[in-house]
Amino acid sequence: MGFAYDFDWGVLWRQPYGTWLLQGIWLTLKIGFLGWIIALFMGIFIGTLRVAPWRWPRLVATAYTEVFRNIPFLVQLFFWYYAGPMLFGEHLGRQINQIVGLNYYVSIFALGLYTASRVAEHMRAGFASIHRDQYQAALSTGLTHVQMYRYVIIPYALRIIIPPLTTEFLTIFKNSSIAMTIGVAELTFMSYRIDSETFHGLEATTGAMFIYLLLGLTVVRLMGFIEARFKIPGMIGR
Amino acid sequence: MFDAVFRNLPFLMGGFLVTLQLTFCALAGGIALGVLVGLGRISRKKWIYYPVTLYVNFIRNIPLILVIFWFYFVMPILAGRAMPPFISAVISFIIFEATYFGEIFRAGYQSISRDLIHAAFATGLTYSQTARYILVPIAFRRMLPSLITQSIVTFQDTSLAFVIGLQEFVRRTSIVDNLEVRSIQLFGFVALVFFIFCFLGSRVARHFEEKGRRTGVI
Repeated sequence: MGFAYDFDWGVLWRQPYGTWLLQGIWLTLKIGFLGWIIALFMGIFIGTLRVAPWRWPRLVATAYTEVFRNIPFLVQLFFWYYAGPMLFGEHLGRQINQIVGLNYYVSIFALGLYTASRVAEHMRAGFASIHRDQYQAALSTGLTHVQMYRYVIIPYALRIIIPPLTTEFLTIFKNSSIAMTIGVAELTFMSYRIDSETFHGLEATTGAMFIYLLLGLTVVRLMGFIEARFKIPGMIGR
Repeated sequence: MFDAVFRNLPFLMGGFLVTLQLTFCALAGGIALGVLVGLGRISRKKWIYYPVTLYVNFIRNIPLILVIFWFYFVMPILAGRAMPPFISAVISFIIFEATYFGEIFRAGYQSISRDLIHAAFATGLTYSQTARYILVPIAFRRMLPSLITQSIVTFQDTSLAFVIGLQEFVRRTSIVDNLEVRSIQLFGFVALVFFIFCFLGSRVARHFEEKGRRTGVI
């Protein structure tokens, strides 16, 4: 094997590359967290509508999850970034295109909408795993349907679906790397940028891999902590 | 309404063909390697189990886009010359998707109960007959919905080959969009094509899942 390659791991900390990576990490964290907030709230809302006793909201929520799950995230991102402003008409669209950092906002928005459809699916599964008696018991205490979901079923379901939500939370940081395709300078973008300046992309991407790995491990710990903190004694047999 | 799409339809469809080729290669390689990964994950030999588990957990925690870049950078070093992006992309997809298929196969193997194997032996079947007529058909039917779902995910994932300049469906669409500036219809068209294929695929998966549940296999 012709191994004619001089490794230069210094690109991971030498200036300005070290700072680039740190800036990239910071942006990855911001996009992931802000996208997650959108995903969580929208996902809970849409997931709840999917089991609602009203026909139309249920249909809309089902359509939402089907559309967002069956189109690659890259295509969704391009659609929102390139076509999104045009949806507002010629004049307003041009003004939107002039917003500084539009790609950053679009990536958070797109990531949030996409992940919401996945959170909604888990929510639905969570509701399905709650016994019917639980619903009837809540209603028989005099709660309205909305109150039942707000105070009994949703808090219950959320605790049940913490493990799959952990996976989604991990996935949102991984998916945030796709934002580089519209020029958001997050971690993957920065490791690629280091390659275009130094031709040492192998070292830069290897470094980035381990950073993502570390991030993943941190998320798992965090969610484990949340699961333990909000545990209702005796709720699940484990 | 779709005027820019129709003007460039042959070019766009050429890109879609590349996407299909990429999906086919990724699935063939990913499933083949996935079978081995699944076997490694249930292996009792520590020198097999630990390296395979490390590989699976490592790959599943990093973004696919980074895996694509990494192989794009490492391939020329290993091969000693420039590699076509298609080859490089296919290898990264196989390495990446095999970890996901591997976990499906592991779950499939583990879903077979000991009693079933003992019952098969008790009827006088040999080991290979048990595998051929009992274990493989049952495990396959149980895994089929997940395998189809993961195949759809792989199909969607191939769009990320965009980042190393491979002229697949999305890359060609964005090339056309740079000339025509008809983003709504062009990206709307790509979204529609992906949606139709993936939606139909998810229906097929659901059909097999319901069938499995009805017949008591799942």
